[in-house]
Amino acid sequence: MIRIAIADYGAGNLVSIGRAIEVIGAEPVVIRDAEALRGADALIVPGVGAAAPAMERLRRHGLVDPIRAWVRAGRPFLGICLGLQLLFDGSDEDGAEALGLLAGRTIRLEDAPTLPHIGWNTVDWRGVQPLFDGIEAGAAFYFVHSYVVAPVDPAIVIAESEHGSRFPAAIARDSLFGVQFHPERSGADGLRLLANFTALAGRRLAAMPAGALA
Amino acid sequence: MLGRRVIPCLDVANGRVVKGTRFVDLVDEGDPVQLAALYAAEGADEIVYLDITAAPEGRGTLLDLVERTARTVFIPLTVGGGVRAVHEMRDVLRAGADKVSLNSAAVADPTLVNRCAVRFGRQAVVVAIDAARSQRPDASPSWTAYVRGGRERTGLDAVEWAERAVELGAGELLVTSIDRDGTGAGFDTDLLHAISSRVSVPVIASGGAAGPDDFVRAIRDGGADAVLAASIFHRRIHAIAEVKGAMAAAGLPVRRTPGMAA
Repeated sequence: MIRIAIADYGAGNLVSIGRAIEVIGAEPVVIRDAEALRGADALIVPGVGAAAPAMERLRRHGLVDPIRAWVRAGRPFLGICLGLQLLFDGSDEDGAEALGLLAGRTIRLEDAPTLPHIGWNTVDWRGVQPLFDGIEAGAAFYFVHSYVVAPVDPAIVIAESEHGSRFPAAIARDSLFGVQFHPERSGADGLRLLANFTALAGRRLAAMPAGALA
Repeated sequence: MLGRRVIPCLDVANGRVVKGTRFVDLVDEGDPVQLAALYAAEGADEIVYLDITAAPEGRGTLLDLVERTARTVFIPLTVGGGVRAVHEMRDVLRAGADKVSLNSAAVADPTLVNRCAVRFGRQAVVVAIDAARSQRPDASPSWTAYVRGGRERTGLDAVEWAERAVELGAGELLVTSIDRDGTGAGFDTDLLHAISSRVSVPVIASGGAAGPDDFVRAIRDGGADAVLAASIFHRRIHAIAEVKGAMAAAGLPVRRTPGMAA
């Protein structure tokens, strides 16, 4: 069974994501420090709220460098909402410096008729995307945010959504994934997406040479 | 497109559903988790629990209920009732709620809204406003905010309080018309419009839904982003799919739901 570490740094609801991982047949491991990351096959960083307090809590838990090392090693990673935004250089919301693993910043959603952007919105993915495998085109996912990511490299954007303006709903680069919506709050389609991520992580692990993950 | 949300609201006390429901297909129709799961399967976009447990010792029961729900139902959950402090909101969010709705405590101490928004982000803070019409001398409509489940008049103008709540950090407003609640006379679209035209956050309409057309009017005429109802769903008068079907037919964007007319 795939072991999926979920970073607990006090920035959001872990009950739903943990249970969702169980429901799709993987093993959730809630981690509060780097030591607990050992033995995990994939890492999910969830989170809602602002970047600065979240980065501060990640630092306090000693998780900043381990998360950077994890992503740089190409190991399976999924950032959800704030967990996606933290992958970038920093946030316009409060000027916070983030993890700097992807070039770009988090900016305010432009021309939005209402903010925060709360509710189920349709997500359009580009071509065939393994993360969205088996999910019907035009499916809606649950969003709750006011800021969006603005990647320097547009090629990492695999799905978009629209609320006043179009914005990245999902990004991918090899085994690194991020979604602006909450799959753990998006019903059956959300669970399917988490199952797809788990399957991708499993394939990635199978492809790695023995000992590479020690 | 961002769908307009349809939200069933469950009044709970001591971990049980308190308003009369008419379900023949549930093993225990008084169990909020079973009801929430059923509504989720029927296409509810979100679930609201309004906890009316009087005794403070009932908090543990509520947290247990929230956690059981979060483990069963994979759609957003908002919990209102009885949260008076930042640490109480933290406990409810930790148990698995996505949003907490503040009402009487926010009126008593408006800084609570701000402190909760700073700690958890404004997207987690809903301010619930119970409003009743009060006639102005010039006969133009105005509304007064009430607290303690609609029993106590505050003297606050509901529209001004709504604007203030958003300035303080509310990420969403749940606006209930006390005049219409339980009457089936339709949502108070004037009240909804007065508030939604003055704030940029989403407004959830509540109080007075009788039929699917009322939901359409709350959105079209009232400018609401979401509509909440209790008895018409609990009493099986209208199904969620029926309401969403009417919304879609009126040209409003909704999330596709099983059983919805194409």
